[in-house]
Amino acid sequence: MPEKIDYDAKIPNNVNLSEDRRLQRALEGWQPKFMHWWGEMGPTLETQGVYLRTAVSVGREGWAHFDHVNVPDYRWGIFLAERDPDRRIAFGEHQGEPVWQQVPGEYRADLQRLIVIQGDTEPASVEQQKLLGLTAPSLYDLRNLFQVNVEEGRHLWAMVYLLHAYFGREGRDEAEGLLLRNSGSPDAPRILGAFNEETADWLAFYMFTYFTDRDGKYQLGTLKESSFDPLSRTCEFMLKEEAHHMMVGTTGVDRVVIRSAELIREHDTLDIGPHGGVPLDLIQKYINFHYTVSLDLFGSETSTNAANYYTAGLKGRWQETRRRDDHKLTEDARTLERPTGDGTWTTEELQAILLLNLDLRSEYVADCQTGVKRWNKILADAGIDFAFRLPHPGFNREVGINSGHHVTPDGTIVDEATWEAGKRKWLPTTEDLTFVRSLMHPVYERGKIASWVAPPRQGINGKPFDYEYVYLT
Amino acid sequence: MTTTTPVTFDRRPDEYRHWRLRVDGEVAWLELDVDEQGGLVPGYELKLNSYDLGVDIELYDATQRLRFEHPGVRVVVVTSAKDKVFCAGANIRMLAASEHHWKVNFCKFTNETRNGMEDATEHSGQIYVAAVNGTCAGGGYEIALACDKILLIDDNSSTVALPEVPLLGVLPGTGGLTRVVDKRRVRKDLADVFATRPDGVKGKTAVDWRLVDELVPRQGFREAVEKRARELARESDRTGEGGIELTPLEHRYVDMEVAKGQVTITVKGPENDPGDLHEEGANGWFLAMTRELDDAILRLRTNEVEAGTWILKTVGDPEKVLAHEQAVLGAKDWLGNEITHYFKRTLKRLDVTSRTLIALIEPGSCFAGSLLELALAADRQYILDGPPIDDEDSDERATIRLSEANFGPFPMGNGLTRLQTRFYGDEDHLAWLAREKDHELSAAEAVELGLVTDAPDDLDWEDEIRIALEGRASLSPDALTGMEANHRFVGPETIETKIFGRLAAWQNWIFTRPNAAGPEGALRRYGTGQKAVFDRKRV
Repeated sequence: MPEKIDYDAKIPNNVNLSEDRRLQRALEGWQPKFMHWWGEMGPTLETQGVYLRTAVSVGREGWAHFDHVNVPDYRWGIFLAERDPDRRIAFGEHQGEPVWQQVPGEYRADLQRLIVIQGDTEPASVEQQKLLGLTAPSLYDLRNLFQVNVEEGRHLWAMVYLLHAYFGREGRDEAEGLLLRNSGSPDAPRILGAFNEETADWLAFYMFTYFTDRDGKYQLGTLKESSFDPLSRTCEFMLKEEAHHMMVGTTGVDRVVIRSAELIREHDTLDIGPHGGVPLDLIQKYINFHYTVSLDLFGSETSTNAANYYTAGLKGRWQETRRRDDHKLTEDARTLERPTGDGTWTTEELQAILLLNLDLRSEYVADCQTGVKRWNKILADAGIDFAFRLPHPGFNREVGINSGHHVTPDGTIVDEATWEAGKRKWLPTTEDLTFVRSLMHPVYERGKIASWVAPPRQGINGKPFDYEYVYLT
Repeated sequence: MTTTTPVTFDRRPDEYRHWRLRVDGEVAWLELDVDEQGGLVPGYELKLNSYDLGVDIELYDATQRLRFEHPGVRVVVVTSAKDKVFCAGANIRMLAASEHHWKVNFCKFTNETRNGMEDATEHSGQIYVAAVNGTCAGGGYEIALACDKILLIDDNSSTVALPEVPLLGVLPGTGGLTRVVDKRRVRKDLADVFATRPDGVKGKTAVDWRLVDELVPRQGFREAVEKRARELARESDRTGEGGIELTPLEHRYVDMEVAKGQVTITVKGPENDPGDLHEEGANGWFLAMTRELDDAILRLRTNEVEAGTWILKTVGDPEKVLAHEQAVLGAKDWLGNEITHYFKRTLKRLDVTSRTLIALIEPGSCFAGSLLELALAADRQYILDGPPIDDEDSDERATIRLSEANFGPFPMGNGLTRLQTRFYGDEDHLAWLAREKDHELSAAEAVELGLVTDAPDDLDWEDEIRIALEGRASLSPDALTGMEANHRFVGPETIETKIFGRLAAWQNWIFTRPNAAGPEGALRRYGTGQKAVFDRKRV
């Protein structure tokens, strides 16, 4: 008799793993590959334990257990939000029917594709952040990095669970593929462009967790509306964890801005680079870059794929059930701003259902705006006459109707020469990146922090800032 | 045209309403005498020996009986019992009133029957002679074209004609256009003239253009035909005695389970070892199974038009299947020959059936040799790699088996075996397969040899199959029909593939065009005294 493995102890879950032979076998094949991937592509820094939050169940009690954990032993786990037995399809042509507990054969390919794309983004950020542990500004930040990383890992597990449990052999192959593609790999890059960009420094990490993870939040929000109930429930639980990543991003940028403001006042100059801070215009450049790269993740403004997913009930809108319309959108219209060859903007009226990516992006843009307000308030409170702003959505775009046009941050369409000349002012230059990297010295002493960032107002789980969040050798 | 009661295909000569079958030694007479009031469905009269599906079902039954019950018949004379009219072809009112799928299915079946007549001549030495004793138009001439010889009454008025294009705005779709040029080698410009002339061609011109073989004077027509038939009988190599009776069909070996959108066809293997083919007759497993399968295909096609997916299964002992197969293929006499060719034709029916065919190979199945052909005819094959779904402790595993039967006796319409079609142009692979004959092949081996599409294990099986079937069911039936018909026939074209592919595709298209089927179209306006209105744009 082969030794009986206690699956529930090894892999916390609420999907009845110990009874599901198929899922067990799939995971037995996949888990060693995942561990290998984590070893190769996960955080470079070795630790003796990180103060991490582990979900052991989805209830109020279970989803946030804090303890020092040896990172490779983290219990990644598989959690779906509780099932609502009366849940019905909220939109599209199946509206009103009970949600699906199985993948309908008709939509197998589309659902699998959606899950694979979502799944592909999760480990990508771990790969992008691989080296950040070597330059963490504090143990608190280091701990957050690991938390984000293990949770991205768990989100990968969540998507892999769906592939394993519902998509048969092809699903298992796709699950393996998620580990075979790697961020920035010339041969097998990640599917979406933003996940092949480097996250080379901690300012970029804060920007990434603010802007790019926020895209993830909105994508998960649309998948949470899915008629395929296991996907919906998986995403609902992931959103809970995703909120922490947002917090890391929001407060991370806060703290950089606070520190810069302090230095500006202290030295009475905006040119705080020589004093070990990040100048505000450089922060603006980072915003410009990370925001626009994240906008690309929403895809083309007009999308028949998105329309088809919507009609089929695979992917809804942000907070679909709170929207007050017919949830079919075949009759509604919406306008789209489009750049033209002669340098002006035109508006075009289109069927709302063709503009779902734009709809989601608008929700996202409004959300991003709140961060900008927050950072500007820090500056205003410090009496500094400088304001951050989000660039025009046409700026620096590779995807959609704006790609191929040269749009400045304020929305002016310019020629290529003007664009090239302005680019150095709008986006981080090699010198800028080199400068930020020069600030990145690791600070691993309890209660200490790097020169360019302020300490957090609050620690984790009620612990103080100088708590030993990470045990290093 | 649809019926409220399901169409059946079981007929007996003493109950024929439209044909008379008379056997006179080496010559059989098959006389068309259509009962005008005997249409399969109400709403039209079968005037001028015109036919509908019911008439053709009887013709099919007769051609089958001639092969099995009358091994001594060497020549079959097809003629009309009515004066001055041989056959006016498919009934126009029936066509005009029929739903699209009915028209198409009707054309398919009539084509299969015509091909079967040619098969009888080629493979059983049963020479069909058309004795055209009067007007012979459209489908009527297509019956004649399916015969080996066409004798035309020389009465200075009887013609052969294919008037579909000029009169009805459709094609002579039962192989007419193809046979005129490919089989009878009528020059293409003359074929063009012929097929656009509503009045047809008579007498010497018909002979000169090769539309008919001989003219026979009106006086003493029957005697002359008889004499000619006796001469032809001497040219046939058909020998055989006894004959076996095709008893009324029972469904013992082929089970059909119709569910929404799909059908499961289960073929049961033989329970006993083979006995003497002649003594067993229609009770012998191979023949009985073939008849039932043939009947199942025909009934499902006609009556279950929305069952778009057919799941093919077998149950039984592969050894016994192979023993029966050996008894048939090794018989080397007329009956073994007839059963072989009948099974071949039945498989061909499957090949041209516009349904998705999925073979499920599970433990306890018997996809061996000739029954493996069913799986190879399918669009996809799934083999269960593991124990039976309902008994995970069982040691039983699904296997398949190649035999001689997969390498020649049951060619497709394209002239190739299903294996040659599957591995078209890959002679090395076919040679490899030939070496793997006569032993059990496991799921893994079946995958390696490329004989199955996929081999899900017992944990995946139900989900994989469900998803595959659901996915299939969500696709456009029209697109699937087109796709399947393309994938199933690779390689060379033959008269058969042209008829079922090229000709049928055009006919299907024309059948949905307003010029034919619209309210002012030629098919609908025919016989109303009003002229059809055509959209003049060429598409």
